[in-house]
Amino acid sequence: MDLSYGSRYDDFREEVRSFIETHRHLAAPDWDVSDRTKLQEWQQLLIEQGYVGRTIPKQYGGYGAEPDILEARIIADEFARAGITQGFSGQGIAYLMPALLAMGTDEQKERFIPPTLRAEMLWCEGYSEPNAGSDLASLKTSAVLDGDEWVVNGQKIWTSTAESADWMFCLVRTEPDAPRHKGISFLLFSMKSPGIEVVPLKTMSGTHQFNEVFFKDVRVPKDQIVGQRGDGWKVANLVLEHEREDLGDPNFTQQRLNFLIDLMKTETVDGRRLIDIPVYRDRLMQFQAEVMALRFNDLRLLSAKLHNKNATLASMVMKLQGCEVRHELEGFAIDVLGEHGLLYEDAPYVRNDGSWQANYMFNLGLIIGGGTAQIQKNIISERGLAMPREPRPAS
Amino acid sequence: MEFGLSQEQTLLQDSVVQYLNGAAPLDRIKRFVNNCEPRADDVWSGMVDLGIPSLIIAEEHGGIGCELLDAALVAESLGSCAAPVPFAATAVMVPWAIAEAGSDEQQLRWLPKLAEGEVIAGAAVTEAISTRLDAGVHANGDTLSGRALFAIDFEADVYLIADRDLSLYLVDADASGLRRRPLTTIDKTRRYGELVFENVQADRLPGSSDPEVCRRVIDAGRIILAADTLGASQRMLNKAVNYSKERMQFGRPIGSFQAVKHMCAEMAAQLEPCRAMMWYAAHAFDARPEEARLTICHTKSHLSEVGKFIARTSTEVHGGIGFTDELGLHYWFKRIGANRQLLGGPTQLREEAAMRQGLVEA
Ligand SMILES: Cc1cc2nc3c(=O)[nH]c(=O)nc-3n(C[C@H](O)[C@H](O)[C@H](O)COP(=O)(O)OP(=O)(O)OC[C@H]3O[C@@H](n4cnc5c(N)ncnc54)[C@H](O)[C@@H]3O)c2cc1C
Repeated sequence: MDLSYGSRYDDFREEVRSFIETHRHLAAPDWDVSDRTKLQEWQQLLIEQGYVGRTIPKQYGGYGAEPDILEARIIADEFARAGITQGFSGQGIAYLMPALLAMGTDEQKERFIPPTLRAEMLWCEGYSEPNAGSDLASLKTSAVLDGDEWVVNGQKIWTSTAESADWMFCLVRTEPDAPRHKGISFLLFSMKSPGIEVVPLKTMSGTHQFNEVFFKDVRVPKDQIVGQRGDGWKVANLVLEHEREDLGDPNFTQQRLNFLIDLMKTETVDGRRLIDIPVYRDRLMQFQAEVMALRFNDLRLLSAKLHNKNATLASMVMKLQGCEVRHELEGFAIDVLGEHGLLYEDAPYVRNDGSWQANYMFNLGLIIGGGTAQIQKNIISERGLAMPREPRPAS
Repeated sequence: MEFGLSQEQTLLQDSVVQYLNGAAPLDRIKRFVNNCEPRADDVWSGMVDLGIPSLIIAEEHGGIGCELLDAALVAESLGSCAAPVPFAATAVMVPWAIAEAGSDEQQLRWLPKLAEGEVIAGAAVTEAISTRLDAGVHANGDTLSGRALFAIDFEADVYLIADRDLSLYLVDADASGLRRRPLTTIDKTRRYGELVFENVQADRLPGSSDPEVCRRVIDAGRIILAADTLGASQRMLNKAVNYSKERMQFGRPIGSFQAVKHMCAEMAAQLEPCRAMMWYAAHAFDARPEEARLTICHTKSHLSEVGKFIARTSTEVHGGIGFTDELGLHYWFKRIGANRQLLGGPTQLREEAAMRQGLVEA
């Protein structure tokens, strides 16, 4: 244990705080990509400051800092405290970029990382298909090499943000005769490529969209493959590892918890502040403890990566626990609001823009997406605890 | 910079577990329980050889001078082995209080003996947390009267007592006017008891006029109990996983049934993040006092909840045999239950956490 806090970190915290104070009016709302200019300007400011892409090498457009656990924690703390997003972090930045850094060619890194980081190249993730959800390795979308190009045919589904994305990273079957996990490749292509059709699917919350994406003879340059032919499963799993840590990220939850505390301090029932009702307060503190545990776990993961230490189980549990807490926290906020908790969208009297209901639903989507809670439990028990495997279908 | 355990710390834990596996296996624990032995001197002597009682005592007083985190890691190992030895009071709360608030003379008199494990110290400080109907200690000068319940490490030679004003006192076990009575609790791997004072001469720790000292002693105790629960819970999870791989039903190991796998996965998913939380809380005690109390309240309350879930679920994974006295799984179940109640239960700790943040109206 060597967390040498010192005045350097106090200064650093001050620096982050004063940056936030002077610039918070420029903050773009997270996930809302309708105003691209605002998004990109905010992103650029945060990159220059080192709050986005802090440890991404300068050569790829990052800030190029040495990884530092306490700095990372301070940045996350202060943005959560201020209640603003710590920059744009879509599928490209949070999931794809780490995998590209690990497995991409130099050309791919130079071509894709800088614009991705600057939020100029927004990505969507083409994994799931109508008949390949939890059983992802049964996917059928095919890519066949024709001269210098892959020709892609098939369909993806539940593809979040496909309607606004510039590019897709996509799992396709390139080796139909190989065993199922060995026949998959990982392709990158522009969503403007001819032959792509995006059909929106409205979700239960009405606020976020995912899509069906159809491919008809979509031509993709041969070198836009990450890893070798047939290595797609490996790349996909690396992406998924980052996706799962991101979906369970307790720093988002910390921010919502802060909002909830504010809400409970101002909102009253029968003339009493919600925070003064002991059963509510107790439940609130329970959430605070759970989020705290996950944030320290996150710190441990950061440190383990830095020092090449094994923290497999600590990493595996993040998606399951993180999404569960996120979802439950929003549900609790709805409960303490009583009948007001019902209000939605543009209703008069609605609190926090209806975000408690919207997130309650959205976070249920996160429990399902990125590998369902049940699949996470299979992974934790079989790979984390070495319990006997389910019988697998013959491949 | 690193947020994780050092090699020495891992070695320390391993050596404690290895020692206890040899010196206090299940049948030794059973003997301790069934014969109502006050102390397991054979087990304790090996702990002394490992330097456990001297861990947080300064080198000048014959100790090793480690941090609270090291003590918490040992507590985790003790919980893992359901070890029938004193620890929280004698190795942590009492030496910490004496070092922090004792006079030179008190330090010289007690710390070297505590370090050598020659003297065992108990602690009765619940008066400072919550006074229930049956108890209450008050001081008149240096004389104590009243009753203290739930002395930890009860089979001791000297006690640390808190009165209602959070002042701290040392009292010899054979002081005149002191009556001691063991209390039967569910957890028989450790000893608890009651102390009744009738004008008992006590040795006040002069530095304890600052009530913060007593609160810190309680903080330290809470971390140790939380760490004990972490170790005990991990052991119960391991036992469930191991059993599920051996036990056959319907022609296959029960661990291949998804219902059983998911019970184990849920235990692991809840428990694993508690590890980092415990590390941080214990580390904060020494290094980040401004964060320490809130983190410690949450760590103990959260581990109490997770521990309760694991105690129950691991027992369920074992089926009928899990419910037997013979298997002994219940020693861990009960130890987790005791840690939960001692020095503040989860609801109380959450209220303290809320108070700490100014969320409770005065
Ligand atoms: C909000 C949202 C956003 C999404 N975004 C994307 C995206 O951007 N890109 C993308 O590719 N996909 C995306 N998905 C799809 C997501 O990855 C899948 O929905 C998920 O993997 C589950 O697959 P499925 O929907 O086919 O359900 P199924 O696999 O049919 O599962 C149905 C139920 O069966 C259970 N089940 C299945 N197999 C097992 C098993 N072996 N053991 C135990 N239980 C099992 C599941 O847990 C679930 O409860 C998104 C989903 C949601 C909800």
